[in-house]
Amino acid sequence: MKRKKYSVLVGLLSLSAVTFLGGCSTILLFNPKGPIGESERFVIIAAIALMLIVVIPVFIMAFWFPLKYRASNTASTYMPKWSYSAKIDLVLWAVPIAIVTVLAILAWTRTHALDPYKPIPSAAKPINIEAVSLDWKWLFIYPDQNIATVNEITFPVKVPVSFKLTSQTVMTSFFIPQLGSQMYAMGGMQTRLHLLADKPGTYAGHNQQISGRGYANMHFQAKAVSPEEFQAWVQKVRQSPEKLDLERYEELTKPNAGYYPVTYFSAVKPDLFLDILRQFDPTWGKNPGPMSRGPGSPPARPDVPEEN
Amino acid sequence: MFGKLSLAAIPYENPITISAVIGAVLLGLVILGLITYYRKWTYLYQEWLTSLDHKKIGIMYIVLALVMLLRGFSDAILMRSQQAVAAGGSHGFLAPEHFNQIFSAHGSIMIIFMAMPFLVGLMNIVVPQQIGARDVAFPFMNSLSLWLTTAGALLIMVSLGVGEFSQAGWSGYTPLTELQYSPGTGVDYWIWSFQIAGIGTTMSGINFLVTIMKMRAPGMKAMRMPLFVWTTICTMVLAVWAFPVLTAALAMITLDRYLGMHFFTNDLGGNMMMYANLFWTWGHPEVYVLILPAFGIYSEVVATFSGKRLFGYGSMVYATAAITVLSFSVWVHHFFTMGASPNVNLFFGIATMLIAIPTGVKTFNWLFTMYRGRIRLTTPMYWTLGFIVTFAIGGSTGVLLASPPADFVLHNSLFLIAHFHNTIIPGALFGFFAGYYYWFPKAMGFRLKESWGKRAFWCWAIGFYLAFMPLYVLGFMGMPRRMAYYATPAWHPYLLVAALGVAVIALGILFQGIQLLVSIKERQALSDPTGDPWDGRTLEWLTSSPPAVYNFPEIPIVDDIDAFMEMKEKGVAYLRPDHYKDIEMPKNAPHGMIIGLWAFVFGFAMIWYIWWLAIVAALGILVTVIARSMDDDLHYIIPAAEVERIENERYSQLAAAAKRRPADEPAIPEPVPER
Repeated sequence: MKRKKYSVLVGLLSLSAVTFLGGCSTILLFNPKGPIGESERFVIIAAIALMLIVVIPVFIMAFWFPLKYRASNTASTYMPKWSYSAKIDLVLWAVPIAIVTVLAILAWTRTHALDPYKPIPSAAKPINIEAVSLDWKWLFIYPDQNIATVNEITFPVKVPVSFKLTSQTVMTSFFIPQLGSQMYAMGGMQTRLHLLADKPGTYAGHNQQISGRGYANMHFQAKAVSPEEFQAWVQKVRQSPEKLDLERYEELTKPNAGYYPVTYFSAVKPDLFLDILRQFDPTWGKNPGPMSRGPGSPPARPDVPEEN
Repeated sequence: MFGKLSLAAIPYENPITISAVIGAVLLGLVILGLITYYRKWTYLYQEWLTSLDHKKIGIMYIVLALVMLLRGFSDAILMRSQQAVAAGGSHGFLAPEHFNQIFSAHGSIMIIFMAMPFLVGLMNIVVPQQIGARDVAFPFMNSLSLWLTTAGALLIMVSLGVGEFSQAGWSGYTPLTELQYSPGTGVDYWIWSFQIAGIGTTMSGINFLVTIMKMRAPGMKAMRMPLFVWTTICTMVLAVWAFPVLTAALAMITLDRYLGMHFFTNDLGGNMMMYANLFWTWGHPEVYVLILPAFGIYSEVVATFSGKRLFGYGSMVYATAAITVLSFSVWVHHFFTMGASPNVNLFFGIATMLIAIPTGVKTFNWLFTMYRGRIRLTTPMYWTLGFIVTFAIGGSTGVLLASPPADFVLHNSLFLIAHFHNTIIPGALFGFFAGYYYWFPKAMGFRLKESWGKRAFWCWAIGFYLAFMPLYVLGFMGMPRRMAYYATPAWHPYLLVAALGVAVIALGILFQGIQLLVSIKERQALSDPTGDPWDGRTLEWLTSSPPAVYNFPEIPIVDDIDAFMEMKEKGVAYLRPDHYKDIEMPKNAPHGMIIGLWAFVFGFAMIWYIWWLAIVAALGILVTVIARSMDDDLHYIIPAAEVERIENERYSQLAAAAKRRPADEPAIPEPVPER
């Protein structure tokens, strides 16, 4: 009877694992579309598996002991004074220490490998995107193409995308679940994020940090397309009658009531991203070197150099 | 004259809020009316409001906690119902402004005004008795702590009907909470209710530290203290270290908002990262402030109901101490995604994982306490077993989140919400409930009805799994926390299940209410004449239920870990002394309540920019403090004859109970008339 219970439990656990791993398409984190997300999925699964070494014995003992040693079962051994065993104590400390050691080593290697500041090694030249969080929409500037969009990004598949993030208002968190890592965007500061999509597709992205009443509207689409489609898309954006100058930017910063529609800008004021950072800290980026940061940008962590 | 306050501050236009306000006001009026009708004001004032008796203060803390539990839970019902309907184009029945206030109030209330008063209340009732003391070290400060906490709670309640509450979450991240982005009074309500209650908690911390350090019964060495006393001392070390950081962080936001300073603004050199660090320097130890006392309660409960000494006492103590120290070195795990370098994140990530080691050891120690015991499956034991199983899951997801790469995708998602509810509800709240059932007879003189307690437990446990397991899945599906509405249809079924879970928990709370009423009605049948209803092991079971105001007519002498059990085994538990001595006890004092009232007025005046009133209230506090310091007549003497009269009554009760005792109950030694 007891055996049966546990096998049902184990069965349920493996069934749920299969559901996840088998790739029910809505479980986004188990359906990554890029190397960062894939690696993070591995960390999650490995940690869950390691923790089961502790959780399963806890479950078994928590059901078995009260059953076996219940007051009405006078046949079981009763040792009211027994309260210590060096052997058990040793195991109780050693097993968690061993598990945490393995987890820590895993975390060590993966955290260094998955540093969001670290460029993704690739033969292709990365696409640069400067993301600005506004109340309550995302502005994306493509400095190399001199175009900008609101609430949509498009980039070629299998090409690293290098993000620079900042905020015009409060702190937000930029996140495309299927591509991996999220990163905060903060006013007067720049953070970095590198992602890559292996497979073409349209992936949901959003702000993951409460930012006021329009927070639920801060989502966007991230489209990974073929290089040709990307070029065509850039041309399409360049056809847009809208241009992003300071005046238009001011207008964009005003809070929007509903979802802000996808907007394309065929041209962008040069260095707009720097202007946005320098509103809050006029010295931003002017004093190079880690020790001579401007007053408003102490966390301006230097970029990690490219590996190849 | 009235600052920013005008009639427009009352939310007439919002039917949900205004009906809640009318309901609360009516309920309040009914309670006040009943007190007046039964002419209980003098009784209430003399016996409760001005009392410095730690047991009564403890009961008042728990009443506050239960009231705030209802308020915080109503918020949870609203949130879950909103997310159950606000799918696929629908924006639900709550506007985002309102929804944001609800989740902010839910977090603030549940942590600061439900969990904190609950644990401080239990400590108040139990700790002095467990260490064989007659009161806490500073009885007046104890009353002041209670009233400051109540003042903070009252401010949050007032924000429902006058103005609004913060929309920026319970953690109040800047710059969202700066004046520029939150110009309303909501953030000010959040600041002042936290600030006033936080000062109360800091004082409680000092009070219990000194009490446990200085007032233990002779023979109670450190390694003989009951585990609940150990966890209390560790908790209070955390509180005393951590709460001043919160006070300072809130003071800096206050300066930003009231005097235009720039600690945490985007511009002029302000930096919100500093706020995140300060907040979590308090916030993470605060989590252990909630959980450690519950760990202590579980340790007491599991040993008592297993009829066995706690397994690995030394390991338990060192594990608790290790958690205490480590809890100060993990706060950055709340914001791995802020752009720090891998080594910074790893330091805090691995420190977080290290906490799993002592926590795992504790879990297995509880399990091995049951091993070869004689387990009575009472309600407190149900909560303990429910905790062990459920917390194993919550702890594991915590270790998962401690790994920065995993956190990069799970941070701020519903996975995180599921994780911390999965640690705090079983880890803290189930423990407080276990403590509530376990020590209820000690505080009130009668037990709670088991049948309703078990029904309530099953509703809470099943409801918990229904409400939070879907949130883990939603986290994997990429759903962020705090969404007022959402367009992704795939999330909807899971949120419906979660809403169902909340309904089941609501049933559990209802059963707890029924249990209380039924138990009061049947208090004769459930009475605890011996003071030791569970065959307890620690000193609080030596006193009568409810204890005499002085707890112990003679301070007991301790020479083992389970002091009371050892006394019972040697047959010396109920020995009478040759003669009784006069006992000096603190006199009642209204000053704590008066300072609490003024603190409430001060907070309210500051929130609404009514400067003259703020000055009056500040002076009111000052004058009351001076008046109290000038009062030298702080104690009264209970004459030895009176002590003897009370104790004679107690012994005749014990003798009667021993005769009535059914065969299956633990033996109570016949009291020895004279030594």
